[in-house]
Amino acid sequence: MTTLDLTSAVVVGGLFAVGFHLLLQRSLMRLLFGFLVLGHSTNLLILLAAGPPGRPPVTGHGQDKASFADPLPQAMALTAIVITFGISILLLALVYRGWLMLGHDEVRDDVEDRRLGESEHPRRPGDAAGEPGETPERTTRETTRETPGKGEER
Amino acid sequence: MLVLIAAHAAVAALLPALAPRAGRAVWWVAALVPLATLVWAAALTPGVLDGDTPVEHFGWAPSLGLEVVLRLDALSLLMTVIVSGVGAAVLFYGARYTSEGHGRESALLLAFAGVMLGLVTADNLLVLYVFWELTTVVSFLLIAGRGRTREHRQAAQQALVVTTGGGLAMLLGFVMLGETAGTYRISELVADPPDGGYVPAALVLVLVGVFTKSAQFPLHGWLPAAMVAPTTVSAYLHAAAMVKAGVYLTARLAPGFADTEPWRPLVLTVGLLSLVLGAWRALWESDLKRVLAYGTISELGLLIALFGYGTRNSALAGEVMLLAHATFKASLFLITGLVEHHTGTREIGRLSGLGRRRPVLLALAALAAASMAGLPPLVGYLGHEAYFDAFWNAARQGPGAGEEWVLAALVAGSTLTVAYAVRYLWGAFASRPGAEPTPQEDPGDRAPGMAVPIAALVTATVALGVWYPGTETLTEPYADRLPSPQKPYHLALWHGLSPALGLSAAALAAGLLLYRLRPALAALRERAPRAPDAQKGYRRTEQGLDRAALGFTRRTQVGSLPVYLTVLLTTVLVVPGTALLLRDTPFTAPPLWASAIQVPLGVVVLTAAVTLARVRRRLSAALLAGAVGYGVAGLFLVQGAPDLALTQLLVETLTLVIIVLVLRGLPAHLGPRRARPRTRRLRLALSAAAGTLVALLAVAASAARRDPAVSAYYTEHVKEAGAHNVVNAIIVDFRAMDTLGEIAVLLVAAIGVGALILLPAGAREAAGAPVRSRPPAADRYPDTARWGVPQDRWLPEAENMPAHDRLIMLEVVTRLLFPSILVLSVYLLYSGHLRPGGGFAGGLVAGQAFTLRYLVGGRIDVAFAGRVDPRVIAGAGLALAATAGLAPIAFGGEPLATALPSVTLPVFGHLELSTSVVFDTGVYLLVVGVCLKLLAAMGPAQAPVEEAPRPSGGEPGGESGGESGGAGQSVPSDAPGSRGR
Repeated sequence: MTTLDLTSAVVVGGLFAVGFHLLLQRSLMRLLFGFLVLGHSTNLLILLAAGPPGRPPVTGHGQDKASFADPLPQAMALTAIVITFGISILLLALVYRGWLMLGHDEVRDDVEDRRLGESEHPRRPGDAAGEPGETPERTTRETTRETPGKGEER
Repeated sequence: MLVLIAAHAAVAALLPALAPRAGRAVWWVAALVPLATLVWAAALTPGVLDGDTPVEHFGWAPSLGLEVVLRLDALSLLMTVIVSGVGAAVLFYGARYTSEGHGRESALLLAFAGVMLGLVTADNLLVLYVFWELTTVVSFLLIAGRGRTREHRQAAQQALVVTTGGGLAMLLGFVMLGETAGTYRISELVADPPDGGYVPAALVLVLVGVFTKSAQFPLHGWLPAAMVAPTTVSAYLHAAAMVKAGVYLTARLAPGFADTEPWRPLVLTVGLLSLVLGAWRALWESDLKRVLAYGTISELGLLIALFGYGTRNSALAGEVMLLAHATFKASLFLITGLVEHHTGTREIGRLSGLGRRRPVLLALAALAAASMAGLPPLVGYLGHEAYFDAFWNAARQGPGAGEEWVLAALVAGSTLTVAYAVRYLWGAFASRPGAEPTPQEDPGDRAPGMAVPIAALVTATVALGVWYPGTETLTEPYADRLPSPQKPYHLALWHGLSPALGLSAAALAAGLLLYRLRPALAALRERAPRAPDAQKGYRRTEQGLDRAALGFTRRTQVGSLPVYLTVLLTTVLVVPGTALLLRDTPFTAPPLWASAIQVPLGVVVLTAAVTLARVRRRLSAALLAGAVGYGVAGLFLVQGAPDLALTQLLVETLTLVIIVLVLRGLPAHLGPRRARPRTRRLRLALSAAAGTLVALLAVAASAARRDPAVSAYYTEHVKEAGAHNVVNAIIVDFRAMDTLGEIAVLLVAAIGVGALILLPAGAREAAGAPVRSRPPAADRYPDTARWGVPQDRWLPEAENMPAHDRLIMLEVVTRLLFPSILVLSVYLLYSGHLRPGGGFAGGLVAGQAFTLRYLVGGRIDVAFAGRVDPRVIAGAGLALAATAGLAPIAFGGEPLATALPSVTLPVFGHLELSTSVVFDTGVYLLVVGVCLKLLAAMGPAQAPVEEAPRPSGGEPGGESGGESGGAGQSVPSDAPGSRGR
């Protein structure tokens, strides 16, 4: 049966939507905020997935253990909160550094990525000429990269 | 066996170091190791042939079923003898043949011998695979040599690509076999072969690996190309050892799987095709080594067919041929090396008259070639007789799986083999009419040294033939394990006038005739359409792959982060979204809320979040992000997670402060929205869809839960950790290892922040300011903060602030609160085990206290208050946590175990303390250190503001000019106005 209430589902969904929306932008600062919001929403999701609200999982007062909230997701989310903090501050420092060095805080297109795809075939121009038949191929396989006189050691 | 393999590796590792001093002698050192293996194998032979199988077992990761098992049965013994015998001969030969790079070449060859020994004794499929790939790697290094020419590099690369490709297919087949059978032990698999299911597919995959390794059509192209390697390598890897790995695996698996479809048709088709086509190609090659290479492909096809057929007689013939091929092909390769050594060429067209001047070499070559052609009394003849007999009888009375075709192919193959054997011998040694004898270089004293190993191998090929009872003893135990539908065949030089003898003689006569007719055939061949060439096929495939990869990269790597993220998000939407739509359990209506207070909190969180997405001022955005965080903390509290809420609140505050501090160095507004309306709409739709998906998934996931939570264990055992707070017990005790990793991440992030902000390299260096130098201690702190001077003023730095920046109320409050907050933080730390709190919360509270001082007194004040370098505090925290985790080992416990010492003190009464508090203290210290480090880093972050006249309420942003940067690390001590805050 469904244990998650509608309000929580809407909140988590809404937070994820806002987080993704911010993440899809080009401003690094918005990316950072998107990251923060996604962190919050994920932690909330982890916690909500554990089940309906319960009593704080602290023993020792004769409480019924069955009424406890699940402690494991809490511990995981706690760890996640602290790590999210560390990473967001690192991102923030990157934003700042980017601003300092580049004068803007935008994600621009990566030129290197494009160059990778546009590079010409780097090897073997006209290689199919080498015919392994009666004539040995080696004479057709000289390249400009090899130092003359050093090749063909048999 | 393990010791021997290790000895190969160890000596191989030593050889390059020895080479500069020992020169050629390293080859002899290297040869001793396979020689020792040969002696060891010989000592074990009687026992193994009687049915003993020494097994060595080394449990590497027994819980995963990963174990190194080595096993020496009759087949392994045969292969061991071949591998180490030929290995020793080749290494002796190498001492004279090789002219440079002794260390590298001998070490690699020896390492290869060791790997090969492992391969043929491995009794675990995965171990066998590892050795299999190791042979590929070593072969790559040996073929490439020093990679001087493009040809070497390409040949090595081709061998690597083709054989690892086959190896991957084989690994997949191994895993399928092993998982189906429930064991990876080869001996168990063969004894009790699995059936049905994946097994046929697995066998095909394994055989693909076999065919690539043993260079079978149409994957054979790498072997002739690999002939660029030195003769030693060709003789060992490409005749005797490595290419035999495929044959060995066929022989190894045939007893269990020969009757499983599609093993036999596949093995016979590919093997016999290779036999005939390889021999045909060998007839037309002009390079002696390439003649032999194609001949090897042909012989390997024969061996795979013989072993793969899987009856006793065919396997016996296969074993004899295996021995024969190892001896005659290795010696022919070595002879070729010597021929090249004498004449400087191995082109048939350029060699003439060599036989007349090198009679000994000619005799050796003639014997080896005769064995290849199947002439009595050599071991090759025994093999030919055996397989003709086996398939003659099988064709007459067999099950009718096309044995007569097999027999025809065998005869054709033998005929062609005779022809290319004659071609090799004539091509290398005969005097050509009208041609000058090939000029010879002075061989010096090196030729005898090279001839001795050749003579040893040729002697073996003779001895194994003449002394056929011995050969049979060696080969029979393996063959006898296979079914024998016909009368068991026994090796002999003379069986009387049998059909097999007739077939042998016919093949010999036809082969000689074929060689005579070769010139006529050549003309015919010129006119016939050329069959597609495998080598060209490989090149085309390679280039096609390159082109496809480039095209794919061009289309997918557009360089735009939003596009990448859009693709990722769409994938997330489509794949789990489809699964969500297709699920069979319907949604039940969820309750509206679990607790009514969720509704206002949710409204606050969502409103803040949506506004955050719309605002353009950075400061507003930061505050709204904070609001979202606080709201989420409230939701945590409702959910029953006070620890989480506490941590979230503290972290949110700290994040907010730091973001605001950094924002002062950035422009007030976020960048303009430049996206086109269409992009914006897409973005909006995509994120809305993703949000909806997550919400639906959350509902579906909560509905799908059936089993009780695993954390019941923690709740039950929390007493043993001496705690009441289960969450804290999980963090510092049950899952303390995770926490250790987590705080390390935090520390690394803080160091990263420091490095990013404190070193805006270019500008400061250009300004000539020392970037990393710290001012001397006396200058670092103002007088009031120095040791030995009465510290009668609180917050000394506050007085140095410009008057209009001072907030008297805040100063007073800070003065009052700072010690109290620190006490609270320590309380949270120590009570965390019992009540909400713990090291993280405590450390963060202490961090807030320092943040407060920072806001009032600036960076110097924090540095003064902390007094110790924050990095030292953080590092000490990590060290303390790690030590606390390791300490139990000293008392014989598990790492990160907890003890519960208790004491009774007069005033305090009975005290029980968990040792995990020490761990938590480490966490606390680390968090405090990280907070201080971040605060220290933020001073320079606002450096651009310092020099500029402070605008009253205007935009605090500004350019980061060269001169303003200078104030970053080297804090001036006198001018009050320049103090950072």
